[in-house]
Amino acid sequence: MNIHEYQAKELLQKFDVATTHGKVAATVDEAEQIARELGAVDVVVKAQIHAGGRGKGTFKNGFKGGVHVRKTPEEVREVASKMLGQILVTHQTGSAGRMVNKVLVAESAEIAREIYFAVLLDRATAAPLIVASTEGGVEIETVAAKSPEKIIREAVDPLAGLQPFQTRKLAKQLAFESSQLKSASKLFERLYHTFIAFDCSMVEVNPLVVTMKGEALALDAKFNFDDNALYRHPEIAALRDIAEEDPREVEASKRGLSYIGLDGNIACLVNGAGLAMATMDIIKFYGGEPANFLDVGGGATEEQVTDAFKILIADKKVKAILVNIFGGIMKCDVIAQGIINAAKTVKLSEPLVVRLEGTNVERGKQLLKESGLALIAADDLADAAQKAVAAAATVNSKSQSPSSK
Amino acid sequence: MSILVDKNTRLVVQGITGSAGAFHTRQCMEYGTNVVAGVTPGKGGQMFDGKVPVFDTVWEARQKTSCNASMVFVPAPAAADSILEAVDAGVDLVVCITEGIPAMDMMRVKALMRGKKSRLIGPNCPGIITPGACKIGIMPGYIHKPGGIGVISRSGTLTYEAVWQLTSRGYGQSTCIGIGGDPIHGLSHLDVVKLFNEDPATNAMVLIGEIGGSAEEEAAAWIKANYKKPVAAFVAGMTAPPGRRMGHAGAIVSGGKGTAAGKIEALRGAGIAIAETPATIANTLIAQLEARS
Repeated sequence: MNIHEYQAKELLQKFDVATTHGKVAATVDEAEQIARELGAVDVVVKAQIHAGGRGKGTFKNGFKGGVHVRKTPEEVREVASKMLGQILVTHQTGSAGRMVNKVLVAESAEIAREIYFAVLLDRATAAPLIVASTEGGVEIETVAAKSPEKIIREAVDPLAGLQPFQTRKLAKQLAFESSQLKSASKLFERLYHTFIAFDCSMVEVNPLVVTMKGEALALDAKFNFDDNALYRHPEIAALRDIAEEDPREVEASKRGLSYIGLDGNIACLVNGAGLAMATMDIIKFYGGEPANFLDVGGGATEEQVTDAFKILIADKKVKAILVNIFGGIMKCDVIAQGIINAAKTVKLSEPLVVRLEGTNVERGKQLLKESGLALIAADDLADAAQKAVAAAATVNSKSQSPSSK
Repeated sequence: MSILVDKNTRLVVQGITGSAGAFHTRQCMEYGTNVVAGVTPGKGGQMFDGKVPVFDTVWEARQKTSCNASMVFVPAPAAADSILEAVDAGVDLVVCITEGIPAMDMMRVKALMRGKKSRLIGPNCPGIITPGACKIGIMPGYIHKPGGIGVISRSGTLTYEAVWQLTSRGYGQSTCIGIGGDPIHGLSHLDVVKLFNEDPATNAMVLIGEIGGSAEEEAAAWIKANYKKPVAAFVAGMTAPPGRRMGHAGAIVSGGKGTAAGKIEALRGAGIAIAETPATIANTLIAQLEARS
């Protein structure tokens, strides 16, 4: 789950992590008011969307840049008026862009230098790991590739947690002066606590800045949360902004399905993430393009399968549907009944290729047969993929040249 | 012979009275697994299906029944504690089927298991089966057949796919293990590869990988240096877009790491035969076996 920059700032403030003062505004009045309260010389106004590349983006109204620095509250109001309610296009949003409903209005720090600082859950060691570098403000992958010696790693014991000496060592390695040691240590410690407290898989601060006055501030933080732990963090789950997500994925997750929209035309309905990925792969291998990843999970009900179908065919690009089920927990007759129910409630005009194997497979095949549904039965995975690719191609050529019918 | 589980395995099921726990316990018993105990706190003293005594704690179950393996079906919020309970009781093998356990819970479990003799499979896994002898998990039993191929994978249904291909072509399995799709889990690909290497009953191996992490690369490096039996591999997620989590918490390509292409290159570099599609996993291994004989 992703959150907005202003929400990240609020989380940091909650844990007393030093950051710049600022608040989010949904109207130009609010933006002006916040700027007035800040009373700072320079105020930065930042469009709040999940996509990156905001600074270099362009609004559809022609206004350039989603990040601007202004001096007076009136100027802040003026720049906010050009962002709010407008669509911002960046290299990450695609040409459709994203609607800007909120702007962050914050004091602009006088930056002396920029540091990279991240806490992540390292899967290799099954422990928290701090990754930091004096080369902040740029892509850390670039630093790692060009000058790997500038990447600092500090492993944290998962049971004991981050120790004070480690924060001092980090401060030294990150070239803080002796007089700044205490405040830098404090900042690292609090970022680590934020990471633990919210069950994050990563907290990345880039940049963590040192101001002209020598203060260390977390300027921008990116949080990655562990979806499995959201049940114990309702306050984090509430930060989800579904306007920023693919509506098909939102719909699927409401139904307990794991769906990811892709660009192809062969819809897939599979049980199990590994098999779902493998099904996408084999479609591609035979020259087709998957329209989605869809894992109905281990214990899906008939209703979930029906819902899954509705989501699949709502995608207008879809020219064929491939159902690939290897029943373990999931019983093939449940899938079959779900397909039959879906066919009753929604008009199924696309060719449907079904491959069933595993628990209750005979009952499942029997149900489908008795239903009288027009479907293409497949014997195995390769057969299923080839039939789906062929079916999609046939539909394609028909729709491209209707006269040849 | 086989690895980790066989006819002598005495299973305790944690969460035996829940609906999934009860269903799969019955399936395992039907397959022939020796289920000696169940644990559900507060339900001690009951009998499951009139055959299996239920205890309040694993500690008691271990004392009364000498159970040496556990299958965990406890819901995610309490599952990490259940794993630790089995480890504390001295159970040799803990198989955690539960999905959705917070990563930080598993981080603490791993740290607390250090130095303990218990081994963990999972969580979020299909389990382990030694065909014809012992099934601990949710895989359909009938697709397996006793034999000499070791199968290791992260996910459930993709493993069934590979196993079914082998069985349909007459090739049985020594033991099949799904280690689970979560980023922090118990036994790794490499741990299982080492066990198969030492097992005289395993004469070849199928390794199924997925995008995310570097477990396949580590296994490949070790296989290159130490492993002499034929190996075939498949890696799922060739077409997965970067930065998107594909169902499993572990299945994600991030920062250019954990790609299918990178894993395939590492495996191929170790002399492992790569199945180009998930439909040719068994045939790829069989071709290897025939080439050697």
